Amino acid sequence: MADIDSRMAEIGWLDRLASRDTPLHRIDPRAKLLTTLAFIVAVLSYGKYQLAPLMPLAIYPAVLIALGDVPLKFIARKLLIVSPFAIFVGLFNPLLDRQTMLTVGPLEISGGWVSYASILMRFVLTVSATLALVAGTGIHNVCRGLERLGVPSVFTVQVLLLYRYLFVLVNEGARMSRARALRSAGSRGMGLRVLGAMLGSLLLRTLDRAQRVHAAMCCRGFDGHVRTIEALRLRARDAAFLVGWLGVLALLRAFDLAGLLGAIATGGGR
Amino acid sequence: MHMSDALISPAVGGTMWVAAAGLVGYSARKMRHCLDSSRVPLMGVMGAFVFAAQMVNFTIPGTGSSGHLGGGLLLAILLGPSAGLITIASILTVQAMLFADGGLLALGSNIINMGFFPCFIAYPLVYLPLVGKKPGRGRIAIAATLAAVLGLQLGALGVVTETTMSGIADLPFAKFLLLMLPIHLAIGLVEGLATTAVVSFVWQARPDVLELADSPGDGRGRLGSVAVCLLVAAIVTGGVVSWFASTRPDGLEWSVAGVTGKAELAESTDGLHGALKRAQERTALLPDYDFAKTQEPARGGQAPAPEESSLGQWFAPSAGTTVSGLLGGGITLILVFLIGWALRRRAASAPSA
Repeated sequence: MADIDSRMAEIGWLDRLASRDTPLHRIDPRAKLLTTLAFIVAVLSYGKYQLAPLMPLAIYPAVLIALGDVPLKFIARKLLIVSPFAIFVGLFNPLLDRQTMLTVGPLEISGGWVSYASILMRFVLTVSATLALVAGTGIHNVCRGLERLGVPSVFTVQVLLLYRYLFVLVNEGARMSRARALRSAGSRGMGLRVLGAMLGSLLLRTLDRAQRVHAAMCCRGFDGHVRTIEALRLRARDAAFLVGWLGVLALLRAFDLAGLLGAIATGGGR
Repeated sequence: MHMSDALISPAVGGTMWVAAAGLVGYSARKMRHCLDSSRVPLMGVMGAFVFAAQMVNFTIPGTGSSGHLGGGLLLAILLGPSAGLITIASILTVQAMLFADGGLLALGSNIINMGFFPCFIAYPLVYLPLVGKKPGRGRIAIAATLAAVLGLQLGALGVVTETTMSGIADLPFAKFLLLMLPIHLAIGLVEGLATTAVVSFVWQARPDVLELADSPGDGRGRLGSVAVCLLVAAIVTGGVVSWFASTRPDGLEWSVAGVTGKAELAESTDGLHGALKRAQERTALLPDYDFAKTQEPARGGQAPAPEESSLGQWFAPSAGTTVSGLLGGGITLILVFLIGWALRRRAASAPSA
């Protein structure tokens, strides 16, 4: 798990990206959410040894990144630091599945490597699409979209509040941690008792804060819903985005574009 | 323990999504019943608290290394199962969207693995009975540790089951389990220690806080059985769906074939008898690859020496197609890159023009 300090900086970056106004930002969050979900399902629906047919699907994240003007550096950095679970578990594939699957000249490539490459490809595709979605939508709009799609408002309000207080509390935790580290000369005071006291008091302060927040929210007429000025409307452009992409994904899923191009290329070369 | 999208199949991910959505819906309804609106900011701020708590490391007794609180069980203890589950689900959603930690389709599995098990199994079935009516330091320690360990073991079991049923990773169930359970036993013990430290501090300083969770009808008896039913339903559905998906090596492919009448577009571009042969390979390529391959690991680790050559021959022509497929894939990737680059150029020039 990456160090949370750098992660907070990353969120700040994401927030700035999300607050811009690009063609991607202007599309209704519902259309983007549904398309991205369809895209992920399409990517994952391929068999485990299918690597080449996955590649044409990269068009979806590529278009999102381009439309939303998301810096490639942002996506690339996230891909590198993100949780190593898939990379680690997938690493067993080449070890366990050693049957030769394809030969390129003198090189024999085992089925395990092919499936591992396929896992990494899935990883890159799904993560970059998710990041581009959030960078081009923003967590607030994602939540609004989710709510309109039928997710209980208790849940979406919860995500919004969590997001709002994330920075405040993480900074508080970081300050406490730094203060203790400065006073503990390496080891003393890093034990469980101190942890309990520190987190416990942070918790109690958090509870008090929640009460104050609640009182403030009540004063401003909060009734369990977060209201926004701008209403969410599904326009023709959004419908076109959704239907167009579903069509493209279905076509790519039905016809193996990579195989076709490869056959043409090798056939022409011979 | 966050599962990412890359390792799960749509059948498993979708099933777990349905189960998680049901669970979140159930918890949300439950919350609406006993909604005292002060809970809303409480849950939001508590979710943020868990992130903050992860900033504070501590030395694990007896070892040199350090650990931090995970927070699942703590949320269940402080908020009760329903509010705890929604808070954990929101944390996981934020992690998936902002940190790309755990995928969107895997979100359902993650909510079940890290939210359902601590909130609806470990908390009501282990923590509550052990702590009893009159908590004390020792009781809290035992209950929190056992509950944390159980929650994480079940979560690890969930990860292994979902990954194996998805069939993308080759790691066999038993070996994967042997890898995951001991790791999560250690993590569970650490989690138990940290949870104990925090809960017993709160219990001494402000015992009333621990009663927040005990809203009537929340977390006991009926709820546990409902949760278990949900889980069983999810596992059964998941089992049936992935069994079906595995007999039809690729559900969507198969249904596409059913609609269009052919598995893939057979290319007739190159001459000779290649077209016919290729078309035949094409139709065989996908299902048989999967089928032969899934049989192979079942024989265990021994090298399949005798069959190697015959299988090699068998695969040789189709391997050729795969190489050309990879070439084609490379071409499409370049095309995709060019399209993206062109679009970005246009998008960049549009506002200024």
